[in-house]
Amino acid sequence: MNDSINDSKAFIRCTKLTKVYRKGDQEITPLKDLDLEIERGSFISLMGPSGSGKTTLLNLLAGIDSVTSGSLWIGDNEIGSMSRNQLAAWRAKEVGIIFQSYNLVPVLTAYENVELPLLLHDFTRSERAARVESALETVQLLDRAAHFPRQLSGGQEQRVAIARAIVANPPLLLADEPTGDLDRDSAGMILDLLGRLHREHGRTIVMVTHDPAAARRAEIELHLEKGQLIRSTSNVGHTTKGGVH
Amino acid sequence: MIWWRVALLSLRMLGRNRLRAVLAMIGIGVATFLLSAERAVHSGVAEATSANQDDTRLIVYRANRFCPFASKIPERYVDELLKIPGVKSAVPMQIVVSNCRASLDVVVFRGVRAEDAKAVLAPRMRVLDGSFDAFLSRGDGAMLGSALAARRGLKVGDRFTSAGLSVAVMGIVESDGPQDRNAAYVQLPFLQSSAGGVQGGDVTQFEVEVTDATQMREVARAIDERFATDRAPTSTRPEKAFVALAANDLVAIAEFAGWLGIGALAAVFALVANAIVLSLEARTREIAILQSVGFRGGLIAWSVVVESLALALSGSILGAGAAYLALEFGRFGLGADGVSVEFQPSLSVAFISIAAASIVGTVAGLVPALSAARRSIVEGMKSA
Repeated sequence: MNDSINDSKAFIRCTKLTKVYRKGDQEITPLKDLDLEIERGSFISLMGPSGSGKTTLLNLLAGIDSVTSGSLWIGDNEIGSMSRNQLAAWRAKEVGIIFQSYNLVPVLTAYENVELPLLLHDFTRSERAARVESALETVQLLDRAAHFPRQLSGGQEQRVAIARAIVANPPLLLADEPTGDLDRDSAGMILDLLGRLHREHGRTIVMVTHDPAAARRAEIELHLEKGQLIRSTSNVGHTTKGGVH
Repeated sequence: MIWWRVALLSLRMLGRNRLRAVLAMIGIGVATFLLSAERAVHSGVAEATSANQDDTRLIVYRANRFCPFASKIPERYVDELLKIPGVKSAVPMQIVVSNCRASLDVVVFRGVRAEDAKAVLAPRMRVLDGSFDAFLSRGDGAMLGSALAARRGLKVGDRFTSAGLSVAVMGIVESDGPQDRNAAYVQLPFLQSSAGGVQGGDVTQFEVEVTDATQMREVARAIDERFATDRAPTSTRPEKAFVALAANDLVAIAEFAGWLGIGALAAVFALVANAIVLSLEARTREIAILQSVGFRGGLIAWSVVVESLALALSGSILGAGAAYLALEFGRFGLGADGVSVEFQPSLSVAFISIAAASIVGTVAGLVPALSAARRSIVEGMKSA
């Protein structure tokens, strides 16, 4: 978990990014003509009321939902033009996703959940073990490796989910309300952990949150409303590792 | 290697859903048990009725008679039979059955002369217990076929009564022929007198061995021509053709059982498909999680197919194994009109049942697998 990722070029580039859903005859446009550039190594929080398009944007960045129009580049990959299989392969290498509801596989132990992304890589069993143990150590849960999700608290489950997100060492971490279901202490621990992953490992982090206090832990807060970016707030005096245009 | 790792993951997840897996396996096991039983009936009928080129045995029966009680042929025909060219041996045989109708536990008494027991029967049988000498030393002695002895739980020294006959078990024999394995051989004079006949009077049939298997039809024709104008005209057929005719009802039952076999396979299909569909419904979010960490559609489908195969294979091994043991120890068989059809346990039947159930089970998982591979991750994440 020691790799540092630094590059001055904009890492995420959205140009007129639009997403349209159809529900029966109704057309819903959670994102409309969004232009956004995020530099590598940034820690961004996405804020906005329900239906503002923040989770939709996160899903598009994760490649788990499809772009309707416009373009979305992450690194050297144009996400909008990739097939499902290409997106899956890209996710396996480039993205770690953290969900509000943890999304651990209930019948797998913490160790096995964290190991999941590594099954898609050509690591030996011992290499996988080393990486899983390192990730669990990063989230301070190595002693709970053999526990099933039902045997863990919410905060511990979320830390396992973070370990799973970082175990394959992806440059981009996407977090959808990672503290939404947690008490204050657990939430603080998760935010500390994300901050540390950003500071010490240089990962680009995009976090959706409703919580203004959580949002302030990011370098930059982006405020979305009705599918458009309405405001950007810097939480640091100057941008040191990344930024938004 | 990815495919192998995902297969192991799928098996691990299936193993952790133990109740679901066990219930599905039991259902598949029951269906495969039925399939194996049907295959055993089919195999038994085929063995008893399908002729092969090495067959050399003819059955001489009274013409136009179709059950042991109606077929009466003078025992003295034996001398005439031995004079017909191509006849190697002729064994007069009295048949008495405990039940005229088709039944799962018919006892067939076959009365033979002492000299035939030694000269003709003994060479084609293996004595498992007792001896032919002991058998011939007692008028009410009986040599039991292995299947009959196992079915009735009889051993040497026991007495048993059936069809109004009480006999002492003096030996147990094994044979390649299902009719021998399911018969109780007794001495002809004992059976003739017990059945109300007279010693040296009538018998039910003759078993004729021919010298050349290719001459079966010609010898049969010669026999029937010889006795055509006698007081008891005969009808002579190869043994297996005779069994097929006598056990016509059993053959019809076996053909019907074929439909049960198809039904059993359909049940396997439905059970696996149902288990997989329910499993996938319950695991919509799990699949979305796997997709979100980078599992592509093909790997998701593969994991579902592995699960289907594992369920079908383990369930069918359970069912086919249980059927094999039940048939091996139960030694079930159907008898009608003095002939027997065994439900034979065999490894080939077990393997065929396992293979058929596994293939059908895997196919049953294909459509759900492809459907799972195409699911939307966003929709999957929304499911409870």
